[in-house]
Amino acid sequence: MNKKAKELFSVLKTGLLDQNPIFVQLLGLCPTLATTTSVPNAVGMGLAATFVLACSNALISLLRKFIPNEVRIAGYIVIISGFVSMVQMLIKAYFPSLDKSLGVFIPLIVVNCIILARAEAFASKNPVLPSLMDGIGMGLGFTGALTIIASVREVMGAGTFSGIRVTPAGYEPVQMMIMPYGAFITLGILMAAVAFIRKLSEKIIISKAETVENTSNETSGVNQETNKIESEIKENISSDSSKTNEKNLTGSDTSENVSVTKASGSSDSVPSKDDENEVEEVEN
Amino acid sequence: MSGLFILMLNCVLVENFIFHKFLGCCPFMGVSNKPDNAVGMGLAVTFVMTLSSAVTYLVYHYILVPNNLEYLQTIAFILVIAALVQFIEMFLKKFIPALYNALGIFLPLITTNCAVLGSALLEVEKGYNFIYSVVFGMSAALGFTLAIVIFAGVRQRLELADCPKVFKGMPIALVTAGLIAMAFSGFTGMSIS
Repeated sequence: MNKKAKELFSVLKTGLLDQNPIFVQLLGLCPTLATTTSVPNAVGMGLAATFVLACSNALISLLRKFIPNEVRIAGYIVIISGFVSMVQMLIKAYFPSLDKSLGVFIPLIVVNCIILARAEAFASKNPVLPSLMDGIGMGLGFTGALTIIASVREVMGAGTFSGIRVTPAGYEPVQMMIMPYGAFITLGILMAAVAFIRKLSEKIIISKAETVENTSNETSGVNQETNKIESEIKENISSDSSKTNEKNLTGSDTSENVSVTKASGSSDSVPSKDDENEVEEVEN
Repeated sequence: MSGLFILMLNCVLVENFIFHKFLGCCPFMGVSNKPDNAVGMGLAVTFVMTLSSAVTYLVYHYILVPNNLEYLQTIAFILVIAALVQFIEMFLKKFIPALYNALGIFLPLITTNCAVLGSALLEVEKGYNFIYSVVFGMSAALGFTLAIVIFAGVRQRLELADCPKVFKGMPIALVTAGLIAMAFSGFTGMSIS
């Protein structure tokens, strides 16, 4: 993978995970709360917003040298509302049932803070391709978050997942979850859960980075920055334990080296438990 | 007359813009950390929304409909609202400086408040006449003000409350908003007619 593609990919990933518009930046609350009563609604809303976000980002980035600074916000709003009108007509023509259930929230994509925020913060300063990727990444991050919230609400509140029954016959749906107030409470609890996972994964990333750098320094001699903590730990570790550790880690972790050293706030939490145990072993 | 009164009561309590329709949630979460700010924001929104309801009604029925341009309503409305907000800001600065000092900083935020555009779109959708539109806009905004002021009061207490660390900040605020919304949903059973 060449450098440029890598850069574009990292822009995409930023939107999807690190700077997730809903869980991290808390932008665009209104559609989040209103359209997550069922999964199809949430996906429809998310994709509509993604389309607008990608197109408006690309166009604004193309026009960034022509739009005078004083009237830029008004200019952005006109561009965005143009795309929103297009989406609105397309949805009305091809998905009339979606149009009915989303109602006023399709035209309200115009005032969705995410879109204006990305136009102002990213598209007005970057070339076309990264802006497009940023739009797609942010949009998909938005869609993903909406889908998660909607699945929780739909499964608990109606016992179905996008219309298909998934709960056993005796399950009594929790009416509260699909009522308006359920939206606030679900989002609050999910945000707390995301904060918890991020905290956990940050801890793991730090400790993982230490062990990875230890092993790679001794075995393959990859030059990496070593900071104070690592050298301290290295001194504490007896050669025996690090050798055994090395066998476990080099296989799985050298490939993750790049992402780990970046130390971005989000990592997969699946393999984390094993690694944590290993770290504890090492320190003992 | 009683129709108007029912519409008003309905907008303020039963179909509250924030707790029932989820319109205007961004400023609701963003500007509600202090009761003073909440009152300022609420008044500014009330002011703008009442005026914008009137103006968008006129624009829609006397400019867009005669020219068969209904499909431009989103663009037209957002431009009208942005221009109106700008105009109100300049007008207040020039003629009523006291009010401008109180509401000034909230005015630019209102352009991107979905409650304003939302009420304009809903009025068209429901086919209200001029007076109903204005009353709808005003009472919806009053409902918004009521919600944001109540929430700001609760939130001030919330800062001192002892809650789990991961819930600190936004998550607990959202859960609290949910509980207030639940209280508001008690009005749903009310029948006034």
